Amino acid sequence: MSVTGRPYGVLMGFTQARGDDGRLMLVMAFDENKTGRPGYLHGGAIAGLLESAGFAGLADAIGENPAPRLKPINATVTYMRAGRECTTYARAMIERLGRSVANIEVTAWQDDPARPIAMAQMNILIDRQRDEDVTPKASDD
Amino acid sequence: MENSDVTKQLREMIPFAVSRGHCRLLGIAFHDAGSNWTELSLPYRAELAGDAETGIMASGPIFALMDMAAGMSIFAARKAYSPHVTLDLRVDYPRPASPHKTIYGRAECYRLTKKVAFVRGTAHDGDSDRPVAHIAGTFMLVTPS
Repeated sequence: MSVTGRPYGVLMGFTQARGDDGRLMLVMAFDENKTGRPGYLHGGAIAGLLESAGFAGLADAIGENPAPRLKPINATVTYMRAGRECTTYARAMIERLGRSVANIEVTAWQDDPARPIAMAQMNILIDRQRDEDVTPKASDD
Repeated sequence: MENSDVTKQLREMIPFAVSRGHCRLLGIAFHDAGSNWTELSLPYRAELAGDAETGIMASGPIFALMDMAAGMSIFAARKAYSPHVTLDLRVDYPRPASPHKTIYGRAECYRLTKKVAFVRGTAHDGDSDRPVAHIAGTFMLVTPS
């Protein structure tokens, strides 16, 4: 299932689009539910968009059916400009796609992709064992 | 629990700050505060799941919880509601949060300089020895301390 159809994606109202270069973008329309201090987007809403765009871009790049389960290892978000009360876009660049982990850079912008409001560096675990008979390991919480 | 004037004010201010906007959407609530730290809670709701099948909460709401706790901890440390902006925030997710459990996020501003605040923190879903998130962040102080 795509990121936009998952409960958190539905709650946030994320939609998908493709840029001229064919890359998947996530789109977050502005509404009061995304605000932090008055007049600006909440950093958590921007981070949520960035992380979701990272998962969406990775799933798109993997393109397997059934899709492997993707688990967040970590995300580092750098905030460069204040997010204003308008539509925000985010797209992922898959820096490296390995068998069990991917390194991803995600950019969020509003009017101009060359003037990002925030970027995320993410490491995502790719779990291909979801449909196999796997004995749970002691370390597997 | 501490009872300085600022923590007393924080106990009134944070519930208001989280009652609107993105915090309201997620259901973030005030839990506790001290001289340089704050703790917020994020009750579980199915709408916050990243995957309907497992019910495991998405990372976005946890990131927002920790961003908010981190920002509030700076107010506590500065003893003032002077504005700041997030420079960067790293969140590690050592284990998934258990479905149906409230997440508690605690952040501590461990160092204040004239222009920069350094914050660290953890989130757990009932057992603080088994965190679901570890954070490290830096914030720019808009009005230098």
